Amino acid sequence: MYRYDEFDQDFVNQRTAQFTDQVRRRLAGELSEDEFKPLRLMNGLYLQLHAYMLRVAIPYGTLNGRQMRKLADISRKYDKSYGHFTTRQNIQFNWPKLEDTPAILEELAEVEMHAIQTSGNCIRNVTADHFAGAAADEIADPRPYAEILRQWSSLHPEFSFLPRKFKIAITGAPHDRAAVQVHDIGLQLARGEDGNIGFVVFVGGGLGRTPMIGRKVRDFLPEEDLLAYSEAILRVYNRYGRRDNKYKARIKILVHETGLEELKADIEAEFDKIRHGVLRLPDEEVRRIEAYFAPPPLEVLEVDDKGLEDRKASDAAFAQFCAHNLNPHRVPGHTSITISMKPIGGIPGDATDVQMDVIADLAERFAHDEIRISHEQNVILPHVALKDVPAIFDTLVAHGMAEGNAGLITDIIACPGMDYCALATARSIPVAQEISERFGNADRQAEVGELKIKISGCINACGHHHVGHIGILGLEKKGEEFYQITLGGSADEKSSIGKIVGRGFSSEKVVDAIETLVDTYLGLRAGKEETFLDAYRRVGEEPFKEALYGIS
Amino acid sequence: MKVITGNRLLDGEVVWMGENGSWVELLSLAKILHEKNDVADAMALAKKSLDEQVMVDAYEIDVKEEDGRVVPVRLRELIRAAGPTTHPHLGKQARPTLV
Repeated sequence: MYRYDEFDQDFVNQRTAQFTDQVRRRLAGELSEDEFKPLRLMNGLYLQLHAYMLRVAIPYGTLNGRQMRKLADISRKYDKSYGHFTTRQNIQFNWPKLEDTPAILEELAEVEMHAIQTSGNCIRNVTADHFAGAAADEIADPRPYAEILRQWSSLHPEFSFLPRKFKIAITGAPHDRAAVQVHDIGLQLARGEDGNIGFVVFVGGGLGRTPMIGRKVRDFLPEEDLLAYSEAILRVYNRYGRRDNKYKARIKILVHETGLEELKADIEAEFDKIRHGVLRLPDEEVRRIEAYFAPPPLEVLEVDDKGLEDRKASDAAFAQFCAHNLNPHRVPGHTSITISMKPIGGIPGDATDVQMDVIADLAERFAHDEIRISHEQNVILPHVALKDVPAIFDTLVAHGMAEGNAGLITDIIACPGMDYCALATARSIPVAQEISERFGNADRQAEVGELKIKISGCINACGHHHVGHIGILGLEKKGEEFYQITLGGSADEKSSIGKIVGRGFSSEKVVDAIETLVDTYLGLRAGKEETFLDAYRRVGEEPFKEALYGIS
Repeated sequence: MKVITGNRLLDGEVVWMGENGSWVELLSLAKILHEKNDVADAMALAKKSLDEQVMVDAYEIDVKEEDGRVVPVRLRELIRAAGPTTHPHLGKQARPTLV
């Protein structure tokens, strides 16, 4: 299990004390809002429409029962008894008071948590595959490398004032569940010819107002070069990245404007200067950090559990849950459970204090005290024995978390949108809720199959709409909410940016339009095995355009 | 028709300027500004609240009368005045005193 070491504890305690004093000085009038704002943002504290919002880091989406229980407790004590899991595997509290935030940070520090690197123009907390350390298809657990990058990047003096924020994602499996190609740096673990571990490196991916797929800059970067090469990329970005225009300041614009070959040469030249220096990763250090993430001892069990199979045969909802919410585990007889935070008609990613406590209990009782948050805003129990699935399911049913819809049309990513966010131009959550209601019937969703809908309430794209199989972007037009639809986006190992299908739709019409698209797909797919995305890639946009707008 | 709004520093609460530069938690208690000069005067008072650590920010918004009530013109401000449309039990809309 991931743990702090003594350096981290000191560091977090110091930071909490520092922020406590900054809040005191702000309230005493010694700091103006202009001076205070960057300081509060460095500690994850935003001001939104209705109140402050505190974003708490969940490094690599990994936490344990005690930590989850603390989040529940904070939501009860300082907020309104719920939290919201985000597309960066973090949690947000929507109603804290400024005067309470020092106390909240102190409580978080008691369980080795904090809000550092959740905001500001720094290297943000690294995200990783939510099945890390458990997935059957994994080459190696990516989280030790994420932790090494975190240790290198926290308070890095050279990279604390970058042109803009900088996001790194890492996956340990060939099937990318961490959307690495739409991050500033994307790392995909690979094995070299000698069997040693290294990384495929992508640079310059990103969403927002200028969506781009990352460009591959290295087919294989040896493990020992991870930090030196990352530092080389950051140095090139820090030196040449634009600071004159906030909207052109991300590294993706630098890659685009400079050209891949020239930028690669710059990175390699910088790398060559530092590769044999202090940043070379010693093998024993990697193994030491790996021990922080040591998997629980799992006994090999029967793959066909009779209790589970009997229950599947007699309980359709349970069968649906097993069909969609279980991911193959590397140890026979085990599985990783996706706890859907997408109840039909519910708010994607919201969890009540009671639900958080229940998840903590389940993790401790059945899942070796391990929990993950996915970038798809769900919660994962990574290590569960198949025989325990029915008991877990029953508890989830009792608390409204048993929807068997992982990866289906109602498993929607949605940003908070204009119900909370000061940047939003339209609401996202109500659209997600209406789609969920429309397609909520279990048979209907299963019939439609894998379909990722992602909704953002403004062009900053926190809801990842560009990489939704169907993406929805909420805008404002003449004072009204207005939704643009994109098709064909994807955030896996074959990432693509969705294409705008045509003119947008009003809030009254957008869900009908989604239904038209889904019906069109069902009518033209080659068979049930052909997913929406595969069908779109085969036939192109024309049939969908025609269904939405008629023949032009 | 305009009113001045912003968020309170201490708790982030949405407030509007009421009488004599005070800040009120309900839009129905806000002072309605009809003339350009009134808006400028109110913004000068608001600036004082910023300097005195009462408010984080302050800006003017358009409002209109609808069924005898003053309501913001823009949806964003309507949501600020009521609370999240997705959580009717949260925000000002949940208060029994909402008029």
